[in-house]
Amino acid sequence: MHELGVTQSILEIALRHANQAGAARIREVNLVIGELSSIVDDSVQFYWDMISEGTIAHGAVLTFTRIPATLRCQHCGHEFPLNHHDYACPACGSNKVVVADGEQFYLESIDVDLAEPQPGP
Amino acid sequence: MTEKIPVVENILSANDALAEQIQARLDQAGVLALNFMASPGGGKTSVILRTVQALMDEVRIGVMDGDIVEIDLRELAALGIPVSLINTGGQCHLDANMVHRALPSMDLDALDLLIIENVGNLICPAAFKLGVHRNVVIASVPEGDDKPYKYPGMFRGADVLLLNKMDLQEYMGFNVDYFRQGVEALNPGVAFFPVSCRTGEGLDAWFAWLRAQLNSRGAAG
Repeated sequence: MHELGVTQSILEIALRHANQAGAARIREVNLVIGELSSIVDDSVQFYWDMISEGTIAHGAVLTFTRIPATLRCQHCGHEFPLNHHDYACPACGSNKVVVADGEQFYLESIDVDLAEPQPGP
Repeated sequence: MTEKIPVVENILSANDALAEQIQARLDQAGVLALNFMASPGGGKTSVILRTVQALMDEVRIGVMDGDIVEIDLRELAALGIPVSLINTGGQCHLDANMVHRALPSMDLDALDLLIIENVGNLICPAAFKLGVHRNVVIASVPEGDDKPYKYPGMFRGADVLLLNKMDLQEYMGFNVDYFRQGVEALNPGVAFFPVSCRTGEGLDAWFAWLRAQLNSRGAAG
């Protein structure tokens, strides 16, 4: 169980960027999680609701963009999803493959309400 | 008015920053640090015991163990080397903060090699940098040859891979070629040593690899 610690990290990053932007409230937190680093599940939202209480992030919705892991064949260039049984290229059968995608683990953006409407001219 | 603010920051950036601090501290003391990761029962403690016994006359070794009890450390302490428990309180992995807090328990200036034994788990420890110089992953024959396919993240992050309990291969139907194909796809060219801590088979090659890491570090420092 480590989702609580991960959630604390997400909250710290979100609050820091929201404060820098002078935000009054965080509405949405957009996360990008690759399959190869998929060490968080949707329980992060549950922890979020608890630990964000009393902050401008309380009530925010976490969105997860999950990126599937893919491999690329170094022989024929074919790119294909990692299937957890066999990493050989389904097009040409080569075992010379490399990881092409799926290692993302970052906070992409936050949707915020800005503090005050800009004063008119 | 709602506005989208771009962030693009690694979720574990605080952990990574602390890991960099740890590595700087280790570098300052001239210590090579290794992070041992494996399943429970894969042979972390056995490999560490064998390694300490083989190298303790050449280099000064300390071991930190991420665990909830001191059972594994007793045998190591009996060898007369400094050991320290990083009490994980049941966590599924070590993180940089736990190592950072436990580091003062080790006299780094009196060490050449620091071995950190992570929590037995093939998923979570792979995600958390500790500030070590090399990640050592130990797989073992009874776990099955499909582990690189089930837990790609762990095998992707290995700097060296030991396949332990090779003495059981003939009983387990373990396909080493299939195992290695999975590893090579995730981590091309990773150092690979089939070993048995029970018979001692293959361990000399692992010790030689480790000596080379220590030597190149000594030359660089």
